[in-house]
Amino acid sequence: MLYFSKFKITYIIVICVIGFFLALPNFFDDDKISDFSNILPSNKINLGLDLRGGSHLLLEVDVNYIVNEKLEYLLDETRLALRKSKINYKNLLVRNNILSFISLKESQSKQVEEVIADIDLNISGNSSLDKSFIIALRKENNLYNISLTDLAIDSYLSTAVDQSIEIVRRRIDELGTKEPTIQRQGKDRILIQVPGLDDPARLKSLLGQTAKLTFHVVNMNASEDNIPAGSKLLYNNDDPKLAFVVKKRSIISGENLIDSQPGFDSQSNQPIVNFRFDTAGAKSFGKITTQYVGKPFAIVLDDVVISSPIINEPILGGSGQISGDFTLEEANDLSILLRAGALPVPLIILEERTVGPGLGADSISAGKVAAAIGLLAVLVFMVLSYGLFGFFSNVALLLNIVFIVGALSLLQATLTLPGIAGIILTIGMAVDANVLIYERVREEIRNGKLPINALDSGYKRALGTILDANITTFIAAVILFQMGSGPVKGFAVTLAIGILTSLFTAFTVTRLIVSIWLKKYRPKALPI
Amino acid sequence: MKFPIRLIRNNTDIKFLSYRKVCFIISSLLIAISISFLFLKGLNYGIDFKGGTLIEIQKITGDADVGHIRELIKNIDIGDVQIQEFGNSTDVLIRVEQQMGGDSAQQNVIKLVKGVIGSQYEFRRVEVVGPKVSSELIYSGILAVLLAIVAVVLYIWFRFEWQFSIGAMLALMHDIIITIGLFSILQLEFNLSIIAAILTIVGYSLNDTVVVYDRIREELRKYKSMNFLDLLNLAVNATLSRTTITSVTTILALLSLYIFGGEVIRGFTFAMIWGVIIGTYSSIFIAAPVLLYLNIKRDWSDS
Repeated sequence: MLYFSKFKITYIIVICVIGFFLALPNFFDDDKISDFSNILPSNKINLGLDLRGGSHLLLEVDVNYIVNEKLEYLLDETRLALRKSKINYKNLLVRNNILSFISLKESQSKQVEEVIADIDLNISGNSSLDKSFIIALRKENNLYNISLTDLAIDSYLSTAVDQSIEIVRRRIDELGTKEPTIQRQGKDRILIQVPGLDDPARLKSLLGQTAKLTFHVVNMNASEDNIPAGSKLLYNNDDPKLAFVVKKRSIISGENLIDSQPGFDSQSNQPIVNFRFDTAGAKSFGKITTQYVGKPFAIVLDDVVISSPIINEPILGGSGQISGDFTLEEANDLSILLRAGALPVPLIILEERTVGPGLGADSISAGKVAAAIGLLAVLVFMVLSYGLFGFFSNVALLLNIVFIVGALSLLQATLTLPGIAGIILTIGMAVDANVLIYERVREEIRNGKLPINALDSGYKRALGTILDANITTFIAAVILFQMGSGPVKGFAVTLAIGILTSLFTAFTVTRLIVSIWLKKYRPKALPI
Repeated sequence: MKFPIRLIRNNTDIKFLSYRKVCFIISSLLIAISISFLFLKGLNYGIDFKGGTLIEIQKITGDADVGHIRELIKNIDIGDVQIQEFGNSTDVLIRVEQQMGGDSAQQNVIKLVKGVIGSQYEFRRVEVVGPKVSSELIYSGILAVLLAIVAVVLYIWFRFEWQFSIGAMLALMHDIIITIGLFSILQLEFNLSIIAAILTIVGYSLNDTVVVYDRIREELRKYKSMNFLDLLNLAVNATLSRTTITSVTTILALLSLYIFGGEVIRGFTFAMIWGVIIGTYSSIFIAAPVLLYLNIKRDWSDS
C-alpha cells in the first residue's frame, strides 16, 4: 500500500496540479483572467441565483386556453357549415372542453357527419396531423360531441410552448439583462432564470400580458344594451371604465407590425408609441383608414381598449402612433411588447423565487466566514487528535477544497447557498477517511506491528469501510440531485463532488505523503 | 496532557449493549412522542409545501418596526399573515398564506405588500409558490426520502447480510422519524431544505452504521465462538474513537455554519446537527443491538 512507482507519483502530482489550475480563476477578478486566459482556464464557479441575486420564474402555458380557442374556432366553422347545409340544430356551444350541438332531424344524421368531416381544420399549429387524430366525434342519439384528441392537444401545446419561449426570450432580451436562461420544463412549462435583476415586477408584467394588439372599427350604431351579432363589447382602462362596441373582426393586428418605438407626441409632449406596419399591413391599414375617415376606431390590447382615435385622414405610409395616456415606462414597455410579438397563450406564474443582490452578497460572505471558521476548527482538531498525521490529513483536506472548487469550475455546476453548506459539511466529513485509517493504524501498533506495517495494513484494512461509508452518502446525494430542485440540487452537487474528491485526497494523497515521510525519516515509532 | 490528545482512550471496554433495553425504551418513547406530535400538531410547513408567499425585507435605515409593518399589512386583504424579525433587528420575514383562486392569484400579494411598505424597506427575497408546485414538491420530497431509504438499504443488503439491512433500516427510520418529530415539537419551519437535510442525515447515519457493521462483520470472521453480545460490544468499542472524532469534526463544521452561515440556512443546519447527534446515537445504541434479535449467522468461514 505504501509503495508508489514513479509513474504513480507523477500521475498523482499531475492531478493535483490540474486541480489547482482549474480552481485558480476563482481567485482573480474577471479582467485579470482575460489577461492570461490563453494559458489558464477561465471558467469560474457559476453562482446560483440565490448567491448572485436574480429571479427564478416557473411559468405554465394555459392548456385550457388553447383548447378553448381551438374549440371556439371550430364552433364558428361548425355554425357556418351547418347553416350552409341547411341542417336544423340547436344548443350549439362549447362547454367543459367539448363542442356540442343537437341535430333536430334524425333524417339528417348522415348529412351532419359529412358536414363535420368537411370542416376546415386549419386551426393553426400542426397541420401534419390527420383529421381523425385532431378531433373525436361522439354521437348520442341526436347529441353530437366534438372534442380535441389528447394527441392534438399535446401537439398544439408543444407548438404553443415553443412559440412562447421564443417570444419570452425576445421580451427578456429587450430588458437588457445578461445571461437569462429560458428553458422548457416538462410538457407545458417554461423555466426562466434571470440573474442580477433588482425588481422582477417589470419582467413579470411583461410576461403577464399576451400583448395581442388588434385594430377594430367602432360600431357607432350600437349601444351597450344592444350589441348586434358580429360586434362585441369592450372597455378601456379609465376610471370609470368607458364602454366600446366594436366590430368583432379586427381590421388589422399586431402580427403585421415590424417595429414599434416609444416617443413623444409633437404637440402634447405626452409619451406615445410609434409603430410601423409591414407592406401588407400598410396596404390594408391605408385602405381602412381611407374608408373610415372621420370615424373612430379602437386600438385593443388583450381585450382592453387602450386608445380610440378618430381617423383624421387616410394613413397611407404604414406607420402611426398610439397615444393612450401612457407614462414613459408604459410607453416603453408597450413598444417592447409590440416589437417582441404576442404570446400565443397566456402564461401563468406557478413559482417565483427572487433574491436581491444584497442578500446574495451577504450569503456569500456569510458562507465564506462559516467555511473559514469551520475549516480552521477541523484543522486544529485534527492536529490535536493525530499530531503529525493530523497535519497530513489537513494537507489533504485543503487540497480537497481546491479540488471541489476546481471541479465546480470545470463542470460549470451551479454553486448555491445550500451548495456552500455542502462544501462545509464535506470539510467535516472528508477527514472521516483519515480518521478510519489512523484509528486502524493505532490498533495495529497496539497489536505490536512495526510503523511501516502498521501504516500499510491501516490503509489496506480501512479501504473497504471507507468505500462502504462513502457510497451510502453518495447514493443519498444522487437521489437528492435527481429529485431536488434549484438550490437543493446545488447541495447535492457539492456533496457528491466532495465525496469523490475526498476519496482521492484522504486516501491516495495522504498515503503518498506518509510514504514519502516514512522513506525520509524511517521512524522507529509513529507519533499518532 | 499527552499530545496528540485522546478523546477516547485506548481499549475502552464500555458495555454498550447492557444499555440496550433503556435505549430501546427511550427511542420508542421518542418515536411515540414524535408520531403523536405529528398527528396532533403537524408540521409547520413552509411555503414550499403549503404554497403562499414569503417576503424578506430589510429596513433601509435603522431598525425594522414589526408592529408598524403589522399595522400597515392589516389594511390589505391577503388573509393570514405571519410577521417576524429575521436574524437581526433590521430584517423582517413576512409569510402570507396561499391565496384563493389558484396559481394566477398568488402574484397579487407582492404588489399589495410593496404598495404599503415599499419605500422604507429593501425587498431582499421574494418567494411565491402556487398550489400546483407546492403539491408537486410534497410528492417529490416524500418520494425522494423513500427512494433514498430503499436505495441505501438495498446497498447494505448487497454488501452485508439481510439482517444488517434490517438493522440499518430500523436505525434510519428511527433517525428520520425523530428528526421530523423534533420539527413538529418545536414547530420549526419545514421546507425543501429540511428534506435535503433529512436525505443527508440518511447518508450520514448510515455512514456511521456501516462503519460499525463493517467492524462487526470483521469480528464475526475473527472470533467464531465469542458470545455475540460481547462481540457487538467489542465492535462498538473498537470503532468508538472513530465515531466520536468524525462526529466532532462534522459538528464543528456544522456549528460554524449554524453560527456564521446566515439566517436563510439556519433551519437546514439545525436539522443536520441534530441528525449527526441522533445518527451517532442510533448506530451505537440501535443499529448494533438490534442485530442481537435478528439471528445473525455465526459461520462466516465460507465468505
